[in-house]
Amino acid sequence: MNWAITKNLQAIQVHDIPRLPLNTFREQLLKACKQGKRLVQFFGDAETDGIVLYTVLADDEHSYLYVASTHLKDRREYPSFTNYLPAFHLFEREIFEQFSITPVGHPWLKPVRKGIAEISKAEIPYPFFSMDGEEVHEVGVGPIHAGIIEPGHFRFACVGEEVHHLEIQLGFQHRGIEKLFLEHQDKQQHLLGLAESIAGDTVIGHSGTYARAVEALSGITVSRRAMIIRTIALELERIGIHLGDLSALATDVAYLTGSAVFGALRTSIINTTLALCGSRFGRGLMTPGGVNFDISEEIQGNIRTIIDDIENRIELAAEVMFASSSVLSRFEKTGVVSFETAQQIGMVGPAARASGLALDVRSDHPFGGYIHFPVHKMTLTSGDVFARAYIRYIEIMQSIRIIREQLAHLPKGELKKELHKLKPHLFVISMAEGWRGEIVHTVITDKDGRLKRYKIKDPSFHNWFGLALAVRGNGISDFPVCNKSFNLSYCGFDL
Amino acid sequence: MFDSIKLRKQHGYQAIRDIRTATVKAPFRGFPRLDGEKCDLSCLACTAVCPTGAIATEPLRIDLGRCTFCGECERGCGTGAIQFSSAHSLASTDRNDLIIQSGQTPESFRETAIQSRREIHRLFGRSLKLRQVSAAGCNGCEMELNAANNVNFDMGRFGIEFVASPRHADGIVITGPISRNMAPALKDAYLSISEPRIVVAVGTCAISGGIFADSAQLDRSFLDEVPVDLYIPGCPPHPLTIIGGLLDFRRHK
Repeated sequence: MNWAITKNLQAIQVHDIPRLPLNTFREQLLKACKQGKRLVQFFGDAETDGIVLYTVLADDEHSYLYVASTHLKDRREYPSFTNYLPAFHLFEREIFEQFSITPVGHPWLKPVRKGIAEISKAEIPYPFFSMDGEEVHEVGVGPIHAGIIEPGHFRFACVGEEVHHLEIQLGFQHRGIEKLFLEHQDKQQHLLGLAESIAGDTVIGHSGTYARAVEALSGITVSRRAMIIRTIALELERIGIHLGDLSALATDVAYLTGSAVFGALRTSIINTTLALCGSRFGRGLMTPGGVNFDISEEIQGNIRTIIDDIENRIELAAEVMFASSSVLSRFEKTGVVSFETAQQIGMVGPAARASGLALDVRSDHPFGGYIHFPVHKMTLTSGDVFARAYIRYIEIMQSIRIIREQLAHLPKGELKKELHKLKPHLFVISMAEGWRGEIVHTVITDKDGRLKRYKIKDPSFHNWFGLALAVRGNGISDFPVCNKSFNLSYCGFDL
Repeated sequence: MFDSIKLRKQHGYQAIRDIRTATVKAPFRGFPRLDGEKCDLSCLACTAVCPTGAIATEPLRIDLGRCTFCGECERGCGTGAIQFSSAHSLASTDRNDLIIQSGQTPESFRETAIQSRREIHRLFGRSLKLRQVSAAGCNGCEMELNAANNVNFDMGRFGIEFVASPRHADGIVITGPISRNMAPALKDAYLSISEPRIVVAVGTCAISGGIFADSAQLDRSFLDEVPVDLYIPGCPPHPLTIIGGLLDFRRHK
């Protein structure tokens, strides 16, 4: 087996990554996946003499990451991996779109982000799956949806009320963010702004992942104090969004008490983030080298008071909601994703944990404040809307405990260190557990220490397909509650 | 049953009673106070760190339509010439008014920034229904627009609501820098609203493209064709900025 073995945030030399002949690359990749390694990343990078494909696999149990590459030179195609492991399917579509490299035999080679606007024009028919028969009909929804949410197109193929298949076509939000990372690399502040806007609901998650990536490339480590402030902010973000999601889930099943109560609780959490850094979403807090805002005695007191106060309230609200038969009858056995499916399509985050897949970057590939304070991985097994809702509740309670623990161990230290120039020819994988799951930024520098490739993967990249499979066999009217139970990012996927 | 009652009692009354006098606490970055006297014109520390080119010197000024309120300029400036206040009234009906000059105060800005119009008040003063379109918005502005309708801010009490169909709407609220892929759908939605209709640009991305301004994946031609009636800056704008802006816009002095 020929791999470069590394860890989260451990930069390696690009030339230490084995460049294998395509056949060897393919054999060892598929073999490793079969043996239980998890596909984290598969992407292309353009070099002067052709495209190089990189793959990153994770050995979650031992916290190792395996990297290998193959140089396609003048080849424009390779045999698709998707038929062996469905988790490859979107990666291969992405590579096809970005570099015109065809994965031969791919079952579903359609656009990911480009040319999506043309779908609405009749002269370019987009090949959605279709079906025929009595009582068969299709429902198209989007790109603009009924509420105040991001755009995307959903095409339901139904038999009567039942969804037989859902095809999700995204790409409407494409802003070319990976390219902007390279174009604006001379202004650190611009990159930070971009990282904060990859998904505006995961500001801390993505900006922290970006900051740690460039810190690893320039060879600095932030102070323990800055690390802990980042960790607290990330957990506040998780609590805030999870509360918002519980509120939205309650709204979707017309349980208005839950909708109001969880919504109000969310407000007090995101206002705590505002008290910390001036933005309800944590914008402006992160900076490469540390944080811009200190967590004063007063703010520490505020955070403690708030989490003490809401802990009891959340417990009561959750107990009432999860005991309500009208809620349970909508949540239970709705939108089930089995453990096997979740594993095959590479699902991550709370959605995967709700199906029994024990993945949590905080525990598997610890970073920042989690290195010293291990996080216990929690899973449920039913994989339905109930599990995806309930896991949010238990994660909120866990995050509260993490914040307490981190606050109790807040050392003195500088907030910000000077970022050195990035070192040349490095390859780093920066992973973090955002509230939605595993965020991965893979960065390669060139001979002058400039960014050569900035590859972003939001957890939504895997999980949208999970949603598509979850609604099969369910009533179409259960789609909204299934969708909310995942709450995926459109722009995080579209980049 | 008793737990349900206990929960409702604990929840209590959450809405901000008087939304027009509600304030946001520091360190919230709202209206920037500029002091040109203090500015050392040659140092350019602020323009060097501004991610969107929102700040300029000679004379010192900040364009709220491009500003992401990241606070880098305030930290970068050694003279104290730039200070973000926590004043949240930032909306304007005139794009040029979003360029804040030295010496302007939140009060003086609010005096003139929104030019109310009689017909707007007459048509929408009691009821304003809006269709929101996210055109590559990152979900920040979208979440704050949703928050404006939650139990705390409760914009619905003023008769301002978001509706599902553009056919039911009096205007469109745009968030995001407008991607090429969303440009046709945005235009369709706008044209589906019957006249008279208003256009509100919410957030820095919608107003200027923001951090994405020079991306090749944008198509902002819609804004060349259609005049914007109200600009609500922020990254994302605070719900109080959104609600205050809309209320000022449809008021008649």
